[in-house]
Formats: sequence, structure tokens, C-alpha cells
Amino acid sequence: MSERPSDLRLIWQQTRYQNKIFWRTPVAAFFTLVFPLMFLVLFTAIFGNDEIEGLGVTTAQFFAPGLAVFAAASASYTNLAIGTAISRDNGILKRVRGTPLPPWIYIAGRVVSAVYLAAIAVVVMMGVAVAFYGVSVYSRTIPAMIVTFLVGVGCFAALGMLVAALAPNGDSTPAITNATILPIAFVSNIFIPIDDPPVWMELIGNFFPLKHFGDAFRAAFDPRLTGTQFHWDSIGYMALWGVIAVILAARFFKWEPSKGSEGKRRKKKDAVEVK
Amino acid sequence: MSIIEVTQLVKNYGDLRAIDGINLSIDPGEVFALLGPNGAGKSTAVEIMEGHRERTSGSVEVLGFDPATGGRDYREKIGIVLQESAVEPELTVSEVIDVYGDVFPKRRPTGELIELVGLQEKTNARVKTLSGGQQRRLELALGLVGDPDLIFLDEPTTGFDPSARRQAWSIIENLSSLGKTILLTTHYMDEAQHLADRIAIIAAGSIVADGTPDTLGGRQQAEAKIRFALPDGVSVSDLPAQPFASSEGKVVFSTQEPTRLLNELTSWAVGRNLELDSLSVERPTLEDIYLRLVGDEPHV
Repeated sequence: MSERPSDLRLIWQQTRYQNKIFWRTPVAAFFTLVFPLMFLVLFTAIFGNDEIEGLGVTTAQFFAPGLAVFAAASASYTNLAIGTAISRDNGILKRVRGTPLPPWIYIAGRVVSAVYLAAIAVVVMMGVAVAFYGVSVYSRTIPAMIVTFLVGVGCFAALGMLVAALAPNGDSTPAITNATILPIAFVSNIFIPIDDPPVWMELIGNFFPLKHFGDAFRAAFDPRLTGTQFHWDSIGYMALWGVIAVILAARFFKWEPSKGSEGKRRKKKDAVEVK
Repeated sequence: MSIIEVTQLVKNYGDLRAIDGINLSIDPGEVFALLGPNGAGKSTAVEIMEGHRERTSGSVEVLGFDPATGGRDYREKIGIVLQESAVEPELTVSEVIDVYGDVFPKRRPTGELIELVGLQEKTNARVKTLSGGQQRRLELALGLVGDPDLIFLDEPTTGFDPSARRQAWSIIENLSSLGKTILLTTHYMDEAQHLADRIAIIAAGSIVADGTPDTLGGRQQAEAKIRFALPDGVSVSDLPAQPFASSEGKVVFSTQEPTRLLNELTSWAVGRNLELDSLSVERPTLEDIYLRLVGDEPHV
């Protein structure tokens, strides 16, 4: 008997295939990479790229890092939740379970692919911001930037897998992800700089990890700040959310299509047979 | 030594008993068909053997493994062809075979598999552009990619048109000639008859008959039917034996000894210089046996 392929090799292969699937799904590529960029272009066109009163930074300096974080969260949270739930509906997860591929490697392939795509989304956003909107990158904050990014994306990937685990089927998943991430983005300094928020809004924003992700990442690009800009409280809080999400996702994750979605596909098949 | 040994297998879903104590023993190189109507429990039984489902009680041993705990070692030795198409629609045919093939320690080359299932012209086509029959053939290739000794085929031709069906059958025959053991489920009688060395009929979670296509359900001993049209001027009471039924000048005999009865009837006719029009001798078809065994189960 020949040798088993190594775990690393398998993760690499699975990641590559997930990436391929992403690039061949134009809708996902558009919403992950182009859509957040449109906000940056719009916001700077509407508000101008001068210093925002009360914040002390320009429009792009405020919005670009937040939108980059939003794009990264979409690439991990939204894409993983929807993609995984649809794969389950299609029976792909069940097929994978019937092969020698260890389940954790399949999940790892999906997650690594999501992190990679999130990194591209962030680089695109910040690249445009630096090239066209006068945002600066500081070498002293690059390590904090990377660590914040990795922990944040890991947290949102775990939350995406949790949604995939709990969602009844793939059809309902976009509704779940949009109904969660969009309102939270509004209270998390992503779309609107909130100067003096009402207490309840601040509490909600502080509770969910998106604001921590955005604020910590934005600090790395703030021209007024000095030092390495490691915000360990935010990083730790995101890690806590991530760990809880991983535990719950592992507890509730299913590989089989739910009864309802299976029935739906069977009906379709019977309709074909009748013809 | 048998490849699959199932003893007193039981599976409950809540209060519902889906599998009610079935026994199976399948030998190496055999093509074994589990035949039954929808909802009879055949897919549940196969999914337990594949390791997709846990059993409630009973013992299952496949290739020396308990499928419930066999894990990666077990899955390296089996091939599964699922009932429903389940592959990434955005990947191409050859990519999909690679994705699923690369996880096995030994695998068959992609080109060889594509040729085997006749998808050469679709090698670089996205899966979503394939017809239903082509997708099922791709499924078949995926079941073979790990070069397994045992292949599970869950309703391999459901939804196929007749020519795609013939093609799939010849692929399956091909595999069997390579010495692979095949367990297939089907609700098509002719499929089981055409492909299988042995058939078990499953109805309402139990195996109601088990045998070769020729002996299933006591088919070889079942009463044969002799039919012919009464010659002109001959009435039923003139015949040397009493028919089982008669109507509109046609008679039917039912007998355990068709040779003897046929001889009696034809001697009688030849002696009177009569021709027995429409003379036929029939054994019950597998379909008759099947319908009798599964009762009046509605076909959903």
C-alpha cells in the first residue's frame, strides 16, 4: 500500500480547490472584493477626503480600515456560512464524510481559503486607500495589523461555521448572515463614525466582535498614534468569541443534508423521472 | 470469508423501526442487489454499511471493519456512489476526480476513469454543465477513484434514460469482471435481474426473499402456466385435464409439473390432429415474484 498523503499536503489541496470555487463564483467575488470598495469610493465622494470634524482623521483614514475589516468579515463569516450550508444541502459534505479525508482537514481547507481571500480583500482595500486617498502605512504597526487581522478573521470564520452548523438549510443562510452582520456593522463604526452614541448602542457595539476588530485595525493606520498599536484587550475578546464559536460549531455541526432540503431535491429528481 | 456480514441489524428512527433485524452475507466478487420499493429501508441499510449512519443494534462487519468505527482506514478501502449528485458544480470533471482522488493513498489515474465512464469530451467542462446522466457517470467515476475492493452503488441509474442506463450497466459489469464486490440498491427489477449474482428483496425493513435471480422467492419451483386457445369445436370438458381457468376460448393450466402436463395435452391434441393456437409455457417473472413479496406497498 502506498503512503498516505500528509495532512499539510491535503490542507493545501483543499484550500486550492476552495479558492478555485470562489473565483468561479462571480457573485461571491463581487460582494467580497468590489462591494466594500464601492463604499470607500462613495463615502469619500460624498463627504470629501478632508479631516472629519471631531475625529481628527480624513474620511479615507477612518473608513478604509473599517471597510477592510468589513470585507474580511464578509470573506470569512458570510462566505463560509453560506458556502458550507449550500455544500451540505447539495450532499457534498456527506460525500466528503464517505472518503478517507479527515473531516477536520476539509474544514481547515475551507477556513484557510477564507483567510486567504480575506487577506486579498484587505490588501485591495488598503492598497486603494494608500494609492488614491492618502492613507499611510506604518512599519511599526504592521505586526499588530497582521495579528489583529488573523485573530479577527479566525473569530469570524468560527462564527461563520457556527451559522452553517445551526442554519436549517442553505437558502436561509444569506438572510441569517446579512441580518446579523449589517446591523452590527452600523453600531460598530464601520459605515458611520459614531461620535457620542446612546448607551444601548455602545453596549451592543462593544458586545459583538466587529467593533473590536475595526477599532483595533484602524488604530494601526491612525497618523496621530504612536507605538506598535497592539490592542490586546480587543484581540483577546475576539479570540474568546472565536473559541466559544468553535466549541458550539463542533457540537452542532451536521454533515448530512437536513430532511427538508433532502426532500426538496428528491422531488426535483422525481419530476425529472416523470418526464 | 465473506466481505460483508450483517447479523440481526436493527435501526430505529424514534418510534419507527426502519430496519427490522436483517441478515446479509456477501462473498468476494459478488454483485449483490438489495431490491425494494422506496422507503423499504434499503438506503438506510446501505448507509449503515457505508458508515454514514449508526445502527440501533445488531452487528455489521465489512472488510473486517465495523463501519461505525472504521474511520479513515475503512474509507480507504471502499467506494461510495451516492444516490444524489453531490459534487462542486464550479469544478471541472477532471478537477473533481482529482479533489476526491488525491485523498486516497492509492488511486486510479484521472484519464483512465474518465475514459471508463465515457466522459472524455467533458474532461474540462464544469460539472454544472453536465446532463443528469453525465453527472451520474461522474459519480460512478468518483466511487472508483480510490481503486476500492468493495463498491456501494445506491440506486445507480435512477433518473437515467434507457441508453444511459445500458451504459451504466456495462460499466458495472466491467467492474464486476475485474473482481470487485458490488452492493447495489435499486427499485428496478430488471436492473437487479440484469446485474446481480444474488438479490435480496427488502420490504418494510425486513428481507422477504434472498436468492439468485433464478431461484428468488422459490421461482424455480413455482407453478408454471400453460396457455392455449381452444380449437374450434372443442369444449373445456373434452380436454384430458381440467384447466385452472378458462374464458373466451382460452384456457390456462397451472402446474408443478409442466413437462408431464404439456406432454399429456400435446399428445391428446396430436392424436386428434388438432393445433393448439397460441400455446405457451411461462414461469412467473421476477416481477410477479417481486410484486407478490412486497405486497401492495404503494410506489411513492
